[in-house]
Amino acid sequence: MKFAIVVFPGSNCDHDAYHAVTDVLGRQAELVWHKDTDLRGADVVILPGGFAHGDYLRTGAIARFSPIMEAVTRFAEAGNPVIGICNGFQILLEAGLLPGAMLRNTGNKYRCEYVHVRVEQTDTPFTGLCSPGQVLKIPIAHGEGNYYADPETLAALEANRQVIFRYVRPDGTRAPDANPNGSANDIAGICNAARNVVGLMPHPERACESPLGSEDGRIVLQSVVEALTTHGR
Amino acid sequence: MKARVFVTLKPSVFDPQGNTITEALHQMGYSGVEDVRQGKYFELTLPGKSEDEARALASEVAHRLLANPVIESYRIEVGE
Repeated sequence: MKFAIVVFPGSNCDHDAYHAVTDVLGRQAELVWHKDTDLRGADVVILPGGFAHGDYLRTGAIARFSPIMEAVTRFAEAGNPVIGICNGFQILLEAGLLPGAMLRNTGNKYRCEYVHVRVEQTDTPFTGLCSPGQVLKIPIAHGEGNYYADPETLAALEANRQVIFRYVRPDGTRAPDANPNGSANDIAGICNAARNVVGLMPHPERACESPLGSEDGRIVLQSVVEALTTHGR
Repeated sequence: MKARVFVTLKPSVFDPQGNTITEALHQMGYSGVEDVRQGKYFELTLPGKSEDEARALASEVAHRLLANPVIESYRIEVGE
């Protein structure tokens, strides 16, 4: 089983993801440069956080045209697991692999802090080990995490159970003060219709060891290991 | 030929930056400014293109890259 972690110019969580996969989970990972065109036989792809291409134009807008994204798109369309974290989520949105778009946080503030997210659905490769409604304490670090989709798209996301993570209070209840960026419906993460592509703004890879403040994020990566193991990889 | 592309957030999309600028202007005493919407401006240099060709090319790149149609709309002006 191998993870591919895509490195764009300006990625800065690529090594956090690499550390979490290799040192914490003990799995094989390879950093793949954005100008590469193949994923080196990986079984799961991580688009990491950061500021690809300096966030010029719009977050993720330039990165989505990187050569590697054609391979990522084919990989995703074949049903393989792909996770976009923070900037990686923004890239998936720009690439059209997930619906919607990101706006600047409503308070115009870059938010860098721990938040609590509730796992809304457990039938994705990245939430399979979670219990429904489980609350995870995971950090965020973003200025543009205000998820937007038009009312029809939002209704379809809810009806198809594609909202995977929602910002909540530590006790798991929804409240305006638990939403750090103004995201529609308190959305912190979603999946595609086929459920194999997941994007989220919080950083599970930075919350895999208790000395770093939380190990709640580990279950997200552990889930995909479990999902792949079940499929004999 | 030059094409000028103006990209703005759709009217239905909240613009936190525009909102902050409006508030600052009100604080400065410009009560006559009811609202500000912040946008982006691009100038494309398109040698050897006719006006129609320039407009078509600018529309294509605006749609594919300069604007995100989910949240933004754009307007194009063509000229020398």
